[in-house]
Amino acid sequence: MAKITLKGLRHSYMPNPSKPTDYALQQLDVDWEDGGAYALLGPSGCGKTTLLNIISGLLTPSHGEILFDGQDVTRMQPDERHIAQVFQFPVVYDTMTVYDNLAFPLRNRGVAEAEVDKRVREIAEMIDLTSTLDKRASGLTADGKQKISLGRGLVRTDVNVIMFDEPLTVIDPHLKWQLRSKLKELHQRVRTTMIYVTHDQTEALTFADKVVVMKDGQVVQIGTPVDLFERPQHTFVGHFIGSPGMNVLPCQVKGGKAFYEGIELGSWNASACKYEEGLELGVRPEFVKLSDAGVPVEIAKVSDAGRFQIVHTRKGDHSIKLLVPEGVEIPEKHAHLAFRSDHTQVYRDGWLVSGDNSHE
Amino acid sequence: MNKIENQKAWFFVLPVLALVAFNAIIPLMTVVNYSVQETFGDNTFFWAGVMWFEQVLTSERFHASLGRQMIFTFSILAIEIPLGVLIALTMPRKGPWVPVCLVLMALPLLIPWNVVGAMWNIFALPDIGLLGRTLNAIGFDYNFTRQPGDAWFTMILMDVWHWTSLVVLLAYAGLVSIPDAYYQAAKIDGAKPLAIFRYIQLPKMKRVLTIAILLRFMDSFMIYTEPFVLTGGGPGNSTTLLSIDLVKIALGQFDLGPAAAMSLIYFLIILAMSWVFYTVMMRNEAN
Repeated sequence: MAKITLKGLRHSYMPNPSKPTDYALQQLDVDWEDGGAYALLGPSGCGKTTLLNIISGLLTPSHGEILFDGQDVTRMQPDERHIAQVFQFPVVYDTMTVYDNLAFPLRNRGVAEAEVDKRVREIAEMIDLTSTLDKRASGLTADGKQKISLGRGLVRTDVNVIMFDEPLTVIDPHLKWQLRSKLKELHQRVRTTMIYVTHDQTEALTFADKVVVMKDGQVVQIGTPVDLFERPQHTFVGHFIGSPGMNVLPCQVKGGKAFYEGIELGSWNASACKYEEGLELGVRPEFVKLSDAGVPVEIAKVSDAGRFQIVHTRKGDHSIKLLVPEGVEIPEKHAHLAFRSDHTQVYRDGWLVSGDNSHE
Repeated sequence: MNKIENQKAWFFVLPVLALVAFNAIIPLMTVVNYSVQETFGDNTFFWAGVMWFEQVLTSERFHASLGRQMIFTFSILAIEIPLGVLIALTMPRKGPWVPVCLVLMALPLLIPWNVVGAMWNIFALPDIGLLGRTLNAIGFDYNFTRQPGDAWFTMILMDVWHWTSLVVLLAYAGLVSIPDAYYQAAKIDGAKPLAIFRYIQLPKMKRVLTIAILLRFMDSFMIYTEPFVLTGGGPGNSTTLLSIDLVKIALGQFDLGPAAAMSLIYFLIILAMSWVFYTVMMRNEAN
């Protein structure tokens, strides 16, 4: 097990990158604490898999270094780094039994057969494969095969980090949930650092203690699921996480107060904002209420999501969504909206405005 | 459930049926017809029963050609399959060299069979051929027109040159279809190259290799043109394979009955061996 540090990491697939867009990964400086359960979340093409392959050693970064517990492993091969990886599509050795599959990484490393047997049975027990140990691996279903892939990582005692590259892509929906909770349970048991790559926010938020949100090769926020929900550092995080995503509206800030279309709205960070250009106001639908006074809007659509209703409203060209509990009467055409000021925040060029101006 | 009856579909199958009848069933039936009759010329035929079949099956001449055929087929399989896999493994999987390699590999397959025979015949001539002269120059007493061993060596070398490419292309197709994740997983699991071959590449190539072996088996068992042009079955009968012998009986001696019986036996041997082979190769798949 190890703490993983990424220092000044950049990567381009081109031989001579010149402009920022040539880079699949922009500047990255991230620390992954030992034993943490991390999720790497972002839309397709944001560089998640590139980053994962760099950590596992399948790819050498163009710039920067990777440290495992302070030791530079940037130029090391995957097997020297003592990592394990579960791929998007299950990788099993077809001709081998489940038992031999699990034993494979140990046998390759010359572990004594008695020890191999002990580890394999222990791990098979953990991932519920004991009853299929003697079966051919090729005969298992997709979720069984993914368990084998995971098992091949777990049998090794020297594993620094286990990485998952969208491991539930090919799993049936009703088994996804099962396998996800199994993963969470396993993490609590073995306490190995785990990095889970996905574009599915539910998977990320349920699995991880900390979520790393990526966009266009950059990390936009690292935080607990609660952080991401309550304090999105970037409007992208607000959009991407939450269903429906955060409302983003153009605004002006004058004298420490935020105005939307001339209406003053309370915002917890407006007083720290010294800028006038490129400002936006973000508020999650959860923190918007129907009210007697406030922003006048037209109701465009109401969709029923079970325990609550999603109300789509319009003001001019802007759309504002809000969540209303089940059973609450919604006006036919016109309504007024109030925003909770402790969850309404000002963004500049996409980034959350804060006192320290860290994104200057 | 009510199925819609539409007998018109038969009408559309008819052309194919006619085609198969004309190019396979009817010729085959004429062979069957000859194989059970005796003729003394004049286009008059007498019923002969299984006489010809008995004669062929007990004839030493047939046993000898069948034996030579088996030796030839299994020799070239033993060389071409491993060699083809080996070459496929060394070919690049990505990059600008891929098309170059593929075209180079496909070249021998594009040459007409009798041209291959003629090429090798000239190439191997001991007095003027490049191969023949070189071998003699470096001290080998090589003469494929006189020494049976040399004739066999040349015939097998020619087949390997002509047909290994087919195995290479098929094996290569199997190899490139393996997703990168397998190699990455193997790397992470610490597998050595031999283990990667044994547990990833070979199992993934199994299906195409089965096809490759089947094709090479059938083709080499039926081979005629190349060895005929190269050695004409000689020296003596030493390279007279089944098909060459068959042509000698049918067209050389004009023994229609025995030739027809031999054709059918020949056909049944290929069919039976292909079936056994395929069943054995695919049996593991089912488990």
